[in-house]
Amino acid sequence: MSASPLAALFLREIRVARRIGGGGMMGVVFFLILVTITPFAIGPDLNLLSRIGPAILWIAALLSTLLGLDRLFQADHEDGSLDLMLACETPLELIVLVKCLAHWTVTGLPLVIAAPLFGLMLALEPEAFWAVAASLLVGTPALTLLGAIGAALTVTLRRGGLLTAILVLPLAIPLLIFGVSAAASATSVTTPFMTPFLILCALTLGALAAAPFAVAAALRHMSE
Amino acid sequence: MPRIDLPLETRPDLQVLNQQGPFAAISATCETLGVGRGGRLLIENLNFSLENGRALVVAGPNGAGKSTLLRAFAGLLPPAKGRWSITTGASDAQEPGALAHYLGHAEASKPALTARENLEFWRAMLAIPGPASLHTPDSALKALGAPQIVDLPVAYLSAGQRRRVALARLLLAPRPLWILDEPLTALDASGQALLNTLMREHLALGGILIAATHAPLGVEALQLMLGAEGAA
Amino acid sequence: MLKYANPTLFSGLVAKVLPWLAGATALAFAIGLWGAFFTSPADYQQGDTVRIMYIHVPAAWLSMFCYATMTASALGTLVWRHPLADAAQKAAAPLGAGFTFICLVTGSLWGKPMWGTWWVWDARLTSVLVLFVIYLGLIALWQTIEEPSRAARAAAILTLVGVVNLPIIKFSVDWWNTLHQPASVFRLGGPTIAASMLWPLLVMGLAFTLLFTTLHLMSTRNEILRRRLRRLAMQAANGGEAARPAHRLTMQEGSR
Repeated sequence: MSASPLAALFLREIRVARRIGGGGMMGVVFFLILVTITPFAIGPDLNLLSRIGPAILWIAALLSTLLGLDRLFQADHEDGSLDLMLACETPLELIVLVKCLAHWTVTGLPLVIAAPLFGLMLALEPEAFWAVAASLLVGTPALTLLGAIGAALTVTLRRGGLLTAILVLPLAIPLLIFGVSAAASATSVTTPFMTPFLILCALTLGALAAAPFAVAAALRHMSE
Repeated sequence: MPRIDLPLETRPDLQVLNQQGPFAAISATCETLGVGRGGRLLIENLNFSLENGRALVVAGPNGAGKSTLLRAFAGLLPPAKGRWSITTGASDAQEPGALAHYLGHAEASKPALTARENLEFWRAMLAIPGPASLHTPDSALKALGAPQIVDLPVAYLSAGQRRRVALARLLLAPRPLWILDEPLTALDASGQALLNTLMREHLALGGILIAATHAPLGVEALQLMLGAEGAA
Repeated sequence: MLKYANPTLFSGLVAKVLPWLAGATALAFAIGLWGAFFTSPADYQQGDTVRIMYIHVPAAWLSMFCYATMTASALGTLVWRHPLADAAQKAAAPLGAGFTFICLVTGSLWGKPMWGTWWVWDARLTSVLVLFVIYLGLIALWQTIEEPSRAARAAAILTLVGVVNLPIIKFSVDWWNTLHQPASVFRLGGPTIAASMLWPLLVMGLAFTLLFTTLHLMSTRNEILRRRLRRLAMQAANGGEAARPAHRLTMQEGSR
């Protein structure tokens, strides 16, 4: 007997991501570009950058996560893998969860690791590094799961990328609010870190529990 | 069960399957089945029943609904009307997903992965409780006459070789119902002969085969003509 | 020279030249580093920190030299469609990214004691950062397109677009920076540089160039081998390693 279906799926996703376009590195490069161009728009003033740095990092993470998601199910739909996954014994919800987990490992985790480094460029306070990293570590899985809903809804569309962003960005607003306020708490005196951080954790846990069902339902209906 | 002249005694793996598990007493039944695509009913009032060792060939002009019907058989499309059920000796009714192999137009292989990696993945994914397959990706590709491609990325393969990788999936998990959409596409003469042998083996075991095809399959089969004059 | 454009002859030439080149690189580094650490004086303002310059400045030179190499190879790819140019182009991109990265990191390390922060959006640093991002984009393009000769043509076009664009980027970044930040924070050692500091810098520049040449030749050769391997694998897929394309044309009976 070979490996369990879900382990095999995880391995396959990681392998495919690694061999095509360097996997998560593309997301990190996009993240870097967003962080690079923001000062061009608002000026190189380090005090200003340091104040809005957590927000820049969060918006950059949000966009890099979303724009990498449009192929999450589309590739499987085009090559027929999705049909077999829909029909197979393993519950589709678990398949979705494992696919999202693999996708996050390849694209989300590198962002979390890279964020403090890019924080240097935005002159963040040293105390803010861990706050940004922690908030992204907790928040990016929820971004991936929410994005997966959009990706599933647009799975049959040729150009689903923009539509995915339009569908998902409004849903991501709560994550952005609590993520940024947790990340910025290290440098501000008014907000404590724990309150927004715990709400962010709750949002992520909620997404973890609910999103796979929404994604699976969308996939079932869209691929009929 | 019709006997096909095959040396089953030389294939202990097949004998095991023949005597137990889902192959034991399978039947697939259509009752007043209707399937549609995009809100339009393509096929109406379809009635038939297939038992162990029987094959059904679905034929008809393009657009008659062959692929749609096969997707419905595979459980990917809920029937618009009527009922489609598969029963086995093991339990009274099961999902098509656990009993059927569906091979569509798309090959379900990732170009970036090697043939072996693709097949290992599907072997794990398609495995069901019950008799384990004795085929490995290597032996399955060997049975399809393409052992040399096992370590190559699928992106390097020709259309016929990709087809063989997809067909090898049929051997990785034993399932009593094969649903094949144009299985001969892109295969050369030797590939078609090998597939023919595999289909005969499958039927000899007591499996059921449903195929949509334009070319003759080379097995004794019930014919279902879609979109024929007078029927529409 | 042109006969070495044949990939096989090129590999032979590389095998002959490589040991000498590697030796020269090591020698140049030994002299340059010795000069940088022992004979050159510490800066009266910056102290020993100034020694970062001996790595930082040559890396900055090389980051641009790599791009020049890539541009020349890109022309070779687009004009002559030469596989060797493809390989040279592909091999230069990660090296360029590497030298640019060294330049950025050493600049950052230098910035901490000088400006009190790891990073400032100084025009010079920012331009190098943009160059780094362009390198990363090129690498991503190489990795995404599977078919090597198609990837080479795509990367060549992007490289040439970059060449046209880089001066514009540099100009606009300078303009942006002076607009926002009137007083320049830092200027490299003033207009003149003492001879005792200049010669180790030049030797280090030579060492870096030799290092690049060595690595680039090795990497180009590896790329040629990788392509050959890919071709062999595809041949193996069509039955037998030694299979050569063969065909036979016959007229079928009855088709006359």
